[in-house]
Amino acid sequence: MSTTLTRAIVTADKEGRPRLLGRRGPDTPTRHGLKVRNRRETATGYTFLLPWMIGFLGLTLGPMVYSLYLAFTKYNLFTEPKWIGLDNFVRMFTEDPQYIQSVQITLVYVLIGTPIKLAAALAVAMLLNYRDRGSTFFRSSFYAPSLIGASVSVAIVWRAMFSTDGPVDNTLSFFGLDIGGWVGNVALVLPMMILLAVWQFGAPMVIFLAGLKQVPRELYEAAEVDGAGPIRKFRSVTFPMLSSVIFFNLLLELINAFQVFASAYIISNGSGGPAGMTNFYTVYLYKRGFADLQMGYAAAMAWVLVIVVAIIAAILFKTQKSWVHYAGDNR
Amino acid sequence: MSTSTSEIARPEFLEIELDQKPVERRRIKRKTINTIIWFVVLAILTAIVLYPLVWLFIATFKPSSEFGQNPGLIPDNPTIDNYFKVLEGIAGVPLWRFFANSTFIAVMAVIGTLFSSALAAYAFARVQFKGVGILFAAMIGTLLLPFHVVIIPQYIMFQKLELVDTYWPLILPKFLATEAFFVFLIVQFIRNIPRDMDEAARIDGAGHWRTFFSIILPLIKPALITSAIFTFIWTWNDFLGPLLYVNSPEQYPLPVALRLYNDQTSTSDYGATVAVSFLALLPILIFFIVFQRFLVDGVATQGLKG
Repeated sequence: MSTTLTRAIVTADKEGRPRLLGRRGPDTPTRHGLKVRNRRETATGYTFLLPWMIGFLGLTLGPMVYSLYLAFTKYNLFTEPKWIGLDNFVRMFTEDPQYIQSVQITLVYVLIGTPIKLAAALAVAMLLNYRDRGSTFFRSSFYAPSLIGASVSVAIVWRAMFSTDGPVDNTLSFFGLDIGGWVGNVALVLPMMILLAVWQFGAPMVIFLAGLKQVPRELYEAAEVDGAGPIRKFRSVTFPMLSSVIFFNLLLELINAFQVFASAYIISNGSGGPAGMTNFYTVYLYKRGFADLQMGYAAAMAWVLVIVVAIIAAILFKTQKSWVHYAGDNR
Repeated sequence: MSTSTSEIARPEFLEIELDQKPVERRRIKRKTINTIIWFVVLAILTAIVLYPLVWLFIATFKPSSEFGQNPGLIPDNPTIDNYFKVLEGIAGVPLWRFFANSTFIAVMAVIGTLFSSALAAYAFARVQFKGVGILFAAMIGTLLLPFHVVIIPQYIMFQKLELVDTYWPLILPKFLATEAFFVFLIVQFIRNIPRDMDEAARIDGAGHWRTFFSIILPLIKPALITSAIFTFIWTWNDFLGPLLYVNSPEQYPLPVALRLYNDQTSTSDYGATVAVSFLALLPILIFFIVFQRFLVDGVATQGLKG
């Protein structure tokens, strides 16, 4: 209300630039006064922003540039960085089978784990959305793992759950599936890590649920009148109405999944074993950078990760047009 | 006119309802059955999802000798010995010390994050200055940036500053708003506050500082509480940070201490490891139970990663 009031006073004063003056209030400044004001406004803005600016330049942008430089050097923290051109990158893709394996298992973990996690999140969100009363308790219970899932404690529990004669092994044996412990099993340790990720479906579920609550009931009613079954309703109403939320969740979860560290580190006692099957990208990066002190190589690895994440984000944003609908879109 | 139409409509509507009563009753019955199925399915899911936590809690009462021997959930000879053993500490450092270290780091992180994020968020949301668009885009960019790209240069920097094996590398970044999530969360919150409020203050002659402290800050309390709880929990759980920067066992926060426990005693004294794991999670679980509304709603509205 008072916004219109202020603007009215300003236009009554017949100064130019109604937009600028509109948010500046009734004490109409002269042209010179405006400049001073703008300068003062800018100064105030940067004062408020000072801590963030120092952090951004000193802890993010500066280090990014420095690590880009390091990526082309050989550096062990004690002698000066030595420029070696593209050697780190060449070595990564041609002479380092551990690196290739690390990329492979990370991609499997991200590209299989994330869709399963999001599908579980969406399914449970739709289940919760069926009824309001009583759903808050379930919503909180499902959310809890997201909060603690990356902790060392949970990694220790997870290893115990999936070890030989642990609860999972026992349950499966009971059903006649005698496959033993998952932790030391080369074929099962990655599925075990994926299950740990899927177990944390609560955070995207809560976001899906908030999105589902925004879908107008009339759309479902209209679809029912047209004779749509549950599958058709999901395809033609739920999915398009939820697509922006799905996009958001997909982007965040993919990026997060690439950065899994603590659980893999703890479950393998820092080794990335068995047979390198938990040697996720960040675990390997940590080993190269901080155990072997090959900081140039680790910096190069980090930059490859940044580029991969950027490409994935770009692909998502590009394809977004074909499947993401925003409210107010006429399509 | 409108009252007369509703008077006509009402009896008609009632009649239809009377006509359909048997159908209606059947529908209610079906609805009840659906609700029961709904509850049962969700209860089973909850049991599966929470089982690891229940297992952890009960396992803390298992004597170490029973691990690997008794696969059941319930211990044959329940004991609280594990807790006594745990209280002795590890590597000559008593357990309470790790809790104190973790608490100190987490509390400092909360103070730093709230201070720096609220200031930055106000600038982004309310101050019109040159370059705000680019800087805001940069801030959003850091949300998506894998932080591993900065850990090596940051480590080198803190090492050159001789700050390794202090808490500075863990706390200082929080005072510089490096966790862009919270800046973004508070920006969104401030944008939802009607500008009338601060414009009124501006007309009364209040500057930006005055407006920030007396108008905006009290209004964004829910966003601040959400940020505080998340910062506390994330810092409490953080493993990579202290793994890199804290080297002396007496300075260890819980996650790194827990790893020490796990490495040294997991084969010989599993009961103690499990008990420490549970104790380390306990503050977070309590936090969660007390503040779940803030946490879950915070995720729902802002899409935090959790």
